[in-house]
Amino acid sequence: MKLLEIKNLKKSFGDLNVIKDISLSVDQGEVLSIIGPSGSGKSTLLRCATLLETIDSGELVYVGEHAVKTDENGCAVYAPPQDLKRIQRYFGLVFQNFNLFPHFSVIRNVTDALITVQKKSKEEAYEIGRNFLRKMGLLDKENAYPYQLSGGQQQRVSIARALALNPKVLFFDEPTSALDPELTGEILRVIKDLAAEHMTMVIVTHEMSFARDVSNHVIFMDGGVIVEQGCPDQVINNPQNGRTKAFLSRFEN
Amino acid sequence: MSLTGLITELSKGMLTSVEIFTLTLVFSLPLGLFVAFGRMSKNLIIRNIFRIYISIMRGTPLILQLMVVYFGPFYIFKIPLSYAYRFQAVIIGFVLNYAAYFAEIYRGGIESISVGQYEAAKVLGYSKSQTFVRIVFPQVIKRILPSVTNEVITLIKDTSLAFVISVMEMFTMAKAFASAQTSMVPYIVAGIFYYVFNFIVASTMEWFEKKLSYFQ
Ligand SMILES: Nc1ncnc2c1ncn2[C@@H]1O[C@H](COP(=O)(O)OP(=O)(O)OP(=O)(O)O)[C@@H](O)[C@H]1O
Ligand SMILES: [Mg+2]
Repeated sequence: MKLLEIKNLKKSFGDLNVIKDISLSVDQGEVLSIIGPSGSGKSTLLRCATLLETIDSGELVYVGEHAVKTDENGCAVYAPPQDLKRIQRYFGLVFQNFNLFPHFSVIRNVTDALITVQKKSKEEAYEIGRNFLRKMGLLDKENAYPYQLSGGQQQRVSIARALALNPKVLFFDEPTSALDPELTGEILRVIKDLAAEHMTMVIVTHEMSFARDVSNHVIFMDGGVIVEQGCPDQVINNPQNGRTKAFLSRFEN
Repeated sequence: MSLTGLITELSKGMLTSVEIFTLTLVFSLPLGLFVAFGRMSKNLIIRNIFRIYISIMRGTPLILQLMVVYFGPFYIFKIPLSYAYRFQAVIIGFVLNYAAYFAEIYRGGIESISVGQYEAAKVLGYSKSQTFVRIVFPQVIKRILPSVTNEVITLIKDTSLAFVISVMEMFTMAKAFASAQTSMVPYIVAGIFYYVFNFIVASTMEWFEKKLSYFQ
């Protein structure tokens, strides 16, 4: 089953065409990695998919429900707010710089949306929250505040926060880029564990060996288009396109 | 007049000063938030109206604003000035003036919150109002507290400006006693009163800041 379909997505900032006609789809249980040079539009694509950015034209479909359609003039038409609110629950997003709420303890970071948005009882929310904190190895930190945690721990809290809402698709935008090198491993391990449990994920990353190990499908983007895609072994180990080759050669050593 | 008599009389004035202080805060803190929203409105006209309002309030002396609020209705509309209106005029003048200062403090605080906080809240499904109330505002309060403390302490001293329309707050009374008795003592006693008032308020604000030090 297709959980996410993006069709002919276009997005520009003023005169700058950042996403030029991108289509992709993500199946249930699939892990898709997006790689590409800086400025190629990876974050913008993710931000369009998570409704943080308004797209110019194209379609965005979650679980068969249209978040965005295109009218006969080629302009994007968003679904009415109440539909978008429902569709919003299909996905979660893990940010590069975590964006935890500094005034909330760890457990409140993870449970507040369950209580405020999903209207769950405090008991139920805390039970869900603690389960995910346990999974992230952070149960002993539930009363800590974000500033008291390492970057890796903060990122694990933000992953728990996203997972607690039970999304069908989880997006990651360079989840390890803000971390010291010795801390990236713990986050990559958490994501690998999620992949082993068949969590559907879309991951923008600069960690090539990680992308190769964790994903079912890899997309190489450059200049706002998909230049090459396929299984990780093919794209990362045997790239066909010159731009892919040039990009990947920078990671070899 | 004996010293105890003087202290008793000045305490009554002090009550009026405390009243001006309290009422000003009660009304200007929420009004300031409203003005801050107006100042940040997407609508160009609304935004400019509030910008001009703030600029006038901050660009002219409070003492002059009090005169305008008090005498304006009489000079412009020939409405006779009642005694009760004196106190009301002081409150209106102070509230309008302090709301402008608080608005700029709120605005600075709100604008200092990173977009990442809004985006995280949006992706988690918070509505705009939930985002403001639960995520943004608590962080704003912590950031603006030192500036608010400054304003609040200035307000204590500013309450003495009410003398300009003869509201019987402490400074007005101290002034009257001093000239009646040709003595410095009323001023010294009033000074001590102000200092103690300030000390209590500053300690309270410090306690608030401590309360909010649990996060960074
Ligand atoms: N809000 C914006 N306004 C204007 N231009 C933008 C905006 N966001 C992104 N851009 C531009 O769009 C292009 C793509 O940016 P994007 O952040 O999507 O790249 P990226 O592939 O994620 O890069 P990186 O690997 O450095 O994160 C860049 O040229 C960037 O300057
Ligand atoms: Mg990026």
